[in-house]
Amino acid sequence: MANMYSKGTKRKFYDSVDAATDNKAALYSRQRQSLLDMSLIKLQLCHMLVEPNMCRSVLIANTVRHIQEEMTHDGSWQLVTEAFGSSGPSDHLVATEVLCRSSALEQQGGGPKLYSVMGYDGCREEEVVTDEALCSVTFSGGAPSLLGTIDHCWDRAELRMAAVEDRVIKDSGSEVESGEGAKTVMGQVFGTFEIKNGAPGSDPALEELFSAVDASYYDLDTMLTSIQSTPKMGPYNLLDSMASSHGPTSNSSCRTDLSELDHIMEIIVGS
Amino acid sequence: MEAVSCRCYQFNLLLVMLFVTADIISTVEFNHSGELLATGDKGGRVVIFQQELESKNQPQCRGEYNVYSTFQSHEPEFDYLKSLEIEEKINKIRWLPQKNAAQFLLSTNDKTIKLWKISERDKRPEGYNLKEEDGRYRDPTTVTTLRVPVFQPMDLMVEASPRRVFANAHTYHINSISVNSDCETYLSADDLRINLWNLEITDRSFNIVDIKPVNMEELTEVITAAEFHPNQCNTFVYSSSKGTIRLCDMRASALCDQHSKLFEEPEDPSNRSFFSEIISSISDVKFSHSGRYMMTRDYLSVKIWDLNMESRPVETYQVHEYLRSKLCSLYENDCIFDKFECCWNGNDSVVMTGSYNNFFRMFDRGYRQDVTLEASRESSKPRSVLKPRKVCTGGKRKKDEISVDSLDFNKKILHTAWHPQDNIIAVATTNNLYIFQDKL
Repeated sequence: MANMYSKGTKRKFYDSVDAATDNKAALYSRQRQSLLDMSLIKLQLCHMLVEPNMCRSVLIANTVRHIQEEMTHDGSWQLVTEAFGSSGPSDHLVATEVLCRSSALEQQGGGPKLYSVMGYDGCREEEVVTDEALCSVTFSGGAPSLLGTIDHCWDRAELRMAAVEDRVIKDSGSEVESGEGAKTVMGQVFGTFEIKNGAPGSDPALEELFSAVDASYYDLDTMLTSIQSTPKMGPYNLLDSMASSHGPTSNSSCRTDLSELDHIMEIIVGS
Repeated sequence: MEAVSCRCYQFNLLLVMLFVTADIISTVEFNHSGELLATGDKGGRVVIFQQELESKNQPQCRGEYNVYSTFQSHEPEFDYLKSLEIEEKINKIRWLPQKNAAQFLLSTNDKTIKLWKISERDKRPEGYNLKEEDGRYRDPTTVTTLRVPVFQPMDLMVEASPRRVFANAHTYHINSISVNSDCETYLSADDLRINLWNLEITDRSFNIVDIKPVNMEELTEVITAAEFHPNQCNTFVYSSSKGTIRLCDMRASALCDQHSKLFEEPEDPSNRSFFSEIISSISDVKFSHSGRYMMTRDYLSVKIWDLNMESRPVETYQVHEYLRSKLCSLYENDCIFDKFECCWNGNDSVVMTGSYNNFFRMFDRGYRQDVTLEASRESSKPRSVLKPRKVCTGGKRKKDEISVDSLDFNKKILHTAWHPQDNIIAVATTNNLYIFQDKL
């Protein structure tokens, strides 16, 4: 403790300026990460809904793409790559699952958050169908496309539940077939996911996630905390007040009783 | 009939009618004369209100509307191929111009558009020779004289019957329908495509806009609204989730993928954030009655565009700028995706749109004034004029002001409509329909 002050004010000042800048950057980085997590969870929930709103899905996917592009530019994306190793060429971006964490990952604590990117060209089938990983895939090119999530919901009719293991998927950009072919790949990824989800002995963390989501989607902090310990984000304190002031939107039961009707009739204004 | 012109901040609005609906209101639309007001709800029902004729005793009660007809327009369906439910919620209602005694409207859910005929019956034939009054057939041998059946008056009955069903033309969710000024065709728009229909033909429609990419992974933009020009039958516009509006001319080519004009305002770099694109998404587009302007609604503002100028809007009105600092929370609770509509008054001098906390806003274009009003039982005392409301954005909250953090984001006004001639407005909260009129 004494050593901290023995260095003198000059150094302390230097440290504090740097610290301030670093703090700002770190804060921004945390905010951005949190937004990315939130967006991915929103997209994941598309699978839960009967029929997702396409405009909303597209806007969220664009937001994720925007964040990922920015993270690529400032190098944060590389941290994720390095943290988990790259089983493909180094110019491939790697995405690993966050929604299904093993205990080893949880022990990492404040490391960079992990998130799953569901569905895009070039995923290797053998990596997809694993027991512990929800989806551990590599892909080439720029920001991954999350539009598979939308595609799944809209073009499920085009799924072909062919034997997944037999297919070898080429990298995107090379001989990807017409749109139909790529979509089928997408569909198979999600087809696999669908089947896996229902299988007995599926990942307990995954089940925990979806059970939490069912109950209280709007209580985002609780959900994220239950997956991994993360400090609450300062900028999103408003969420707390908003979350408490209104619960999930409920279609209010609109029964009219006679007394209400009387009240309404009283409102009718004469001249 | 000249539309009434009045400065909006001089409006003295009185609550005239308040209807409580069984289900959440999803669309509100006056017909071309303003005599009829149609609402659609989440349960697939259409309720039509009719304006009461001015009685000699109460000439001021122009705004009194009563229920005229109620019918079930759409039922829930199930798409077996995709294992998805098709909601019966009515997304839009559009009236056809009146041609004869009957009224016609188009109503649509996510997948199917229906043409409904609403007609009155106030007479019935009586005096048949072969039938009794109750419908039983008479024994012909008992008929000794012949008489001519005559029409006798009866209690007014309003019947709604489906005349056309336009189905199976949309893969994605229909968000807009718009009747052409030629009164023969109409368009329907979903997230990725716009189709042109003839009102008489249900088994064929022409695709006039298709923005679906070959590879769905490359999808970054969807169609959010579309409308035909009020007098040029070859012109229509459609808006997108990226904040652009494209004006298309059907004479140019059969497939209007190439726009004739592209309306887009350059982004303000100082306001840039991760939410910039989302809040620029246009939720509604409406031509002015004159056809010279169009209005767009995005999350925070209303913009008026001159059709002759594509580079930027001629007027911009902030609806609830105080929400700009709350965008992250609004993103989290999905409110940022709320689709607010907007409307013009009869002579295009005032525009109106909804907000949260059951607030709605009016902007007077000529006098550059605006007002915030509230549609709620508490604030709508009988015989008293609506008081303007104010949201306090920071610092000391004055009396009668409401602070941003106290706003109820569950109480949103998405649908409003303005009578085509008078200062009568219909405002829909979640399941209440308010009709206000200007106090004379």
